[in-house]
Amino acid sequence: MGFLKRPFLAFLALAALGLIVNFGFNAYIQLIVLFILVNCLLSMSLNLVNGYTGQFSLGHAGFMAIGAYFTAFTSSKIHFLPDSLQLLEFFVFIFGAGLAAALAGFIVGLPSLRLKGDYLAIVTLGFGEIIRVALLNMDFLGGPRGYSGIPSFGPFMVSFLFASVWILICFFTIWRIVHSSHGRGFLSVREDEIAAEAMGINTTEMKVKAFVLSSFFAGVAGGLFAHFTAFISPSSFTFLQSVNAVIMVVLGGMGSMTGAIVAAVLITALPELLRPLQDLTGIDLRMVIYSLALILMMILRPQGLFGGYELTDLWRKYVRRSA
Amino acid sequence: MSAVLLEARNITMQFGGLKAVDSLQFQVKKGQLAGLIGPNGAGKTTVFNMLTGVYQPTHGEVFLDGQSLSGLRPYEISHLGITRTFQNIRLFKGLNVLENVLIAAHQHVQYGLLDTLLQTKRFKSSEQSLRSKVIDLLHIFNLEKKALEPASSLPYGEQRKLEIVRALATDPKIILLDEPAAGMNHSETHQLMETIAKIRSQFNLTVLLIEHDMKLVMGICENIAVLDHGVKIEEGAPSVIQNSAKVIEAYLGVEDEA
Amino acid sequence: MHDFVQHIINGISLGSIYALIALGYTMVYGILKMINFAHSDVYMIGAFAAYYVARWLGIEAQPGIASLLMLILVSMLACGFLGFLIERFAYRPLRKAPKLNILITAIGVSLFLQYSGQVVFGADPKVFPEVMTDYVLLTFGPVELRSFDLTVLGVSLVAMLCLEFLIKKTKVGRAMRAVSSNALVASMLGVNTDKIIAFTFVVGSSLAGVGSVLVGMKYPKIDPLMGMMIGLKAFVAAVLGGIGNIGGAVLGALIMGLSEEMVVAYLSSTYRDAFAFGILIVILIFKPAGLLGKYSVEKV
Repeated sequence: MGFLKRPFLAFLALAALGLIVNFGFNAYIQLIVLFILVNCLLSMSLNLVNGYTGQFSLGHAGFMAIGAYFTAFTSSKIHFLPDSLQLLEFFVFIFGAGLAAALAGFIVGLPSLRLKGDYLAIVTLGFGEIIRVALLNMDFLGGPRGYSGIPSFGPFMVSFLFASVWILICFFTIWRIVHSSHGRGFLSVREDEIAAEAMGINTTEMKVKAFVLSSFFAGVAGGLFAHFTAFISPSSFTFLQSVNAVIMVVLGGMGSMTGAIVAAVLITALPELLRPLQDLTGIDLRMVIYSLALILMMILRPQGLFGGYELTDLWRKYVRRSA
Repeated sequence: MSAVLLEARNITMQFGGLKAVDSLQFQVKKGQLAGLIGPNGAGKTTVFNMLTGVYQPTHGEVFLDGQSLSGLRPYEISHLGITRTFQNIRLFKGLNVLENVLIAAHQHVQYGLLDTLLQTKRFKSSEQSLRSKVIDLLHIFNLEKKALEPASSLPYGEQRKLEIVRALATDPKIILLDEPAAGMNHSETHQLMETIAKIRSQFNLTVLLIEHDMKLVMGICENIAVLDHGVKIEEGAPSVIQNSAKVIEAYLGVEDEA
Repeated sequence: MHDFVQHIINGISLGSIYALIALGYTMVYGILKMINFAHSDVYMIGAFAAYYVARWLGIEAQPGIASLLMLILVSMLACGFLGFLIERFAYRPLRKAPKLNILITAIGVSLFLQYSGQVVFGADPKVFPEVMTDYVLLTFGPVELRSFDLTVLGVSLVAMLCLEFLIKKTKVGRAMRAVSSNALVASMLGVNTDKIIAFTFVVGSSLAGVGSVLVGMKYPKIDPLMGMMIGLKAFVAAVLGGIGNIGGAVLGALIMGLSEEMVVAYLSSTYRDAFAFGILIVILIFKPAGLLGKYSVEKV
């Protein structure tokens, strides 16, 4: 069971963090912490497509929506295990949510991944919007009124640990794949498709694989989101949510796992940190500042915070050297 | 008489109204070191692109070991045993030297996704042997010390060599070299040609190389095809090419520049 | 049958508005190979500029062609200036940056305009002043030709003819075409590419300004998010026609306008927006270069 050693240690660390938040902060901040976890999943998963494989996707919210609705529907309608094992049941449904999103990712990805750059971005945007409009028109899922009464996990600590398990599954899956021959295949697609093909890499397969895996975790993120908020509607999954995911990846530095996580924390917490400003001025300037910061960052630090390096690389580079 | 390994049968490539290559017919025999030469713009690189599936020929077919390559994608052709380098170096610039070569070895990887996720013994040992094989390849071109440097930081000549190493890592039957000596000085070129001859015998390879500098290939190639304006104007041993009036005419005026 | 003719008139009228906006997307794409996401919000700002000037001048008291033309001019100036600012301060510093960065900057500018709009103008819709009176101009049996439709058509036609003249017959238009086909060569031949790119933004944006007043006149409700949907549809029109191709944008816009009108009339209005994306996806997957565009082969 050696392969579980590091994930287990990481789980203990996360659990400790969870305990601090559990006893040290109020319910409002606890909810934000849970959203941070959801966004970490989103940004890590999109990083696989945008950062490692070099394909633009602007439709991540669509896959998240599919996962969210899948979870909402199944967990409120179906029970196949005794109540004491309800968490296990939720786990199965969230896995199903991931699979449903992955299937959608496959259907969307297969035709559209032949396109490049801006075109791919626009097509994925289109698919994301189509998923949203379709949900608006599905009456059994609540249509525009949304879907409410999604069971919650109960206390904060349970939600936190449940999400942490998924965070670790996502992190180690992507990390290990990226550091294997398959992951190098992804990288080669990002670097130069023609050279990659000439070296025997099936670039279409690589792109679709990355896209499907990424959709899977977006679906998982959506599933967790549904449990945390207990209510979802098509307006939770707009174009803006997809943009948010891209911004987290770019802010963190494309192709940096730890960067994606740090960026997810920052982006989720920023609007809350800016709240005092709103109280002070009386106007909601948060989104104005947010968009302005985005433009400035693109101009001043286009490679993102970490620029493709991992936290550990930077540690080695700066901290150890100076010691 | 050794067997034919690669054959182009009347291949034509048409871009709009322009015939870049017109009914080209030629063969490369197993183990041969063949050359494709011609002045700039003669269509040599287009031929390579057709042989490797980057372009599908408008007419005609390419055969490898008697098997038609029509309709195959470039990666499939690479799996069948044709590999190449590029005239305007196309390394994976953001990755290091080792990774560049490892990517080309991907098709021989023995482990699956599950091995990767569970970090099985098979994953570890197979990654290990892959790496040592790649280091051995890098050693041939004295690049092993630079294994962890970014490919883009290598000097020009070494980037060309790295492209050859990368191509070798696919375990090819035939390697197509697109102006491997471009931008190198005399002694570097000479050294490179020797290495090419060496790897050919060591790996039991067939080599087809493009050059527009005629003198360069005369020394090592056993069979040479000359291309001008998309048409093959001559083919034969170096001695035949050197004395061909048509070839001299095609090269007139380009001679000094080369 | 009369219904059908009526829908065609409405569709062409809608399509010509899409065309005015689509031209801005296509011109910028042609010259910079970037999708100017903020274009639709420039259009929104144009509508608000016209709105405030109209209120300030009390134009409602005197509707007519003169008022309309004046508001169009105001909106063109506002949009043109905004387009200039966006190009100069947001896009120019990123000329050589990776595509994803440029795309995100464009989205950032778009969000910035939308949110600033909500702060400055308020999020609630405003009623656009009546710049002209709408009446039935001609009737052929039950088919009506209304003055608004004719105005929309006339104004957009004139705007497009001016653009055609500008691009085909003038020196600056020739420079625009040169930069669009090869910026490097154009700059070596002495064309000031920076100036030409800025000029392209100004022209494209002011066309959106024309569109915004026409929309304000026809559907008199404006709000800071009004650009999103119409912008997306105009963009789809540009892609449909072959992005970068001026004639293609107009053709694509007419097809979009007509088909949208037909979908709403004969199928269902809930899917009118999904339909636009459907067209986009089908086009990109089967004919990525669009109807009139050329697909370029990558050089190896």
